[in-house]
Amino acid sequence: MSWFEKPAEAPARVPTEAIWAVCPSCKVYVAREAWDAADKVCPRCNYHARLSCRERVALLTDAGSFKELNADVSFNDPLSFEDSSGAYADKAKATVAKTGVGESILTGTATIEQIAVVLGVMDFRFLGGSLGSGTGERIRLAAEKAIALKRPLIIASASGGARMHEGIVSLMQMAKTCAAIARVKEAGLPYISILTDPTTGGVSASYAMVGDLNIAEPKALIGFAGRRVIEQTIKQKLPDDFQTAEYTLAHGFVDHIVPRKELKAFLAKVLRYAGY
Amino acid sequence: MAKKTEKKLTAWDIVQIARHAERPNITDYIRLMCDDFVELHGDRLFGDDRALIGGFATIGGRKVMLIGHRKGRGVEENIEANFGMANPEGYRKAMRLMRLAEKYSLPVVSFVDTPGAYPGSEAEARGQAEAIAHNLEFMATLKTPIVVVVTGEGGSGGALGIAVGDRILMLQNAVYSVISPEGCASILWRDGSKAPQAAEALKITAESLKKLGIIDAIVPEPTGGAHIDPAATAAAVKKAVLANLDALCAVPLKTLVAQRYEKFSAMGQA
Ligand SMILES: [Zn+2]
Repeated sequence: MSWFEKPAEAPARVPTEAIWAVCPSCKVYVAREAWDAADKVCPRCNYHARLSCRERVALLTDAGSFKELNADVSFNDPLSFEDSSGAYADKAKATVAKTGVGESILTGTATIEQIAVVLGVMDFRFLGGSLGSGTGERIRLAAEKAIALKRPLIIASASGGARMHEGIVSLMQMAKTCAAIARVKEAGLPYISILTDPTTGGVSASYAMVGDLNIAEPKALIGFAGRRVIEQTIKQKLPDDFQTAEYTLAHGFVDHIVPRKELKAFLAKVLRYAGY
Repeated sequence: MAKKTEKKLTAWDIVQIARHAERPNITDYIRLMCDDFVELHGDRLFGDDRALIGGFATIGGRKVMLIGHRKGRGVEENIEANFGMANPEGYRKAMRLMRLAEKYSLPVVSFVDTPGAYPGSEAEARGQAEAIAHNLEFMATLKTPIVVVVTGEGGSGGALGIAVGDRILMLQNAVYSVISPEGCASILWRDGSKAPQAAEALKITAESLKKLGIIDAIVPEPTGGAHIDPAATAAAVKKAVLANLDALCAVPLKTLVAQRYEKFSAMGQA
């Protein structure tokens, strides 16, 4: 067969991303199999890449123990919001279809090393993990479920903050979720917050920051205001480690930084200290 | 020209009134509304934020704990007040004073007027997010009535950090928003000059927020805005605050706190 002849059966082209993963932080190529086996933690720079909510549920809970709650609570469009790129409702619907979750948080009951908990896991793919009214409602219902079942509440955050498309209603979810968390605490139940990359804006300034324990993944971005906004305000360049999990711990706002591989065992250990 | 003032104001027009340099600020309201004010300084942890002040106040013979953002008048005073942008110690001072209010059975009156919490590197280091978050949690269960008045700019989390209450009142030309119209326009429209459109879309005016069930009542302003007649504005605010305090103080505390929870739980689930 000469070089210009096609082989009778061309091998199917394997897409690059199926073979290689690229670390979003240091851009190193890692074999996809090794990347997935390491739960998307970069072997070179230890960046903990973002997980989908289902991936994180699998990471944190006993196999088969997770049962979703309030799947019917989905996004709302209280402002009938439209911007130059179209209607929010259309974008949200497309996001639901793409991610398979109805909001930026997945909530449910589960066990962690046989300890029964109520768990919420945010998904950054859902409009940047933004805090919509559906997100707030799912969190409130999860908190009330924890109280009803007398179980600890655990929320893993991954969010850029409020959802602009829901305007003031999004802002009010900060108050609403904190009120629900306050009730969990009043009931004497543990509330553990896990801060993953990123946890910023209105989510860091509400339920993510008020855990009995605030646990962070290594190198996660954690902060209130955006780096660019701060740099413009103070007219200075900020150091690279600004608003990292390590920075946040050093300033007293995080209890412990736990590598992803050890997170489940760590949660079980501290829950046992809490009497479970 | 008369015709123009009679025309319905756009959201962007109202933003300009809310930010007007001569708009009454908390210092004016204290002077015009209160029979007495004893400022209480400091968060007992770091310092005394001049962008968020508070203290014992007497309004129409009624003793309250007054807290609020502080904007200045003129450049010098505004620099001292950090243009009403509080640092974590401001929110922590507010919490300290609200704890005292609970202890002394004083209702809290909170005046909101801020472009937002201060976005500075020191603010981050001292836990701006934690300070606001903790206030939200704390105010949700505070066992004393809380009346909030949005008097000027209700700027996002920096506003909400002292705005969880049993009654949320808003001056007619105040605004309350998750993000500034300019910020929203530059992100979602990729063009900061589209701020007027963003202001409209975000529904940040008192009229819109009343319809959305976020605020309870609108306090009227003189034609043209509060700065036209600060005394009349303060009188209207005083009347509204006192009426709401009367109503709230009649409610048993347990019921009050339960109703506060229901109020915020309902937001976004209409
Ligand atoms: Zn890497």
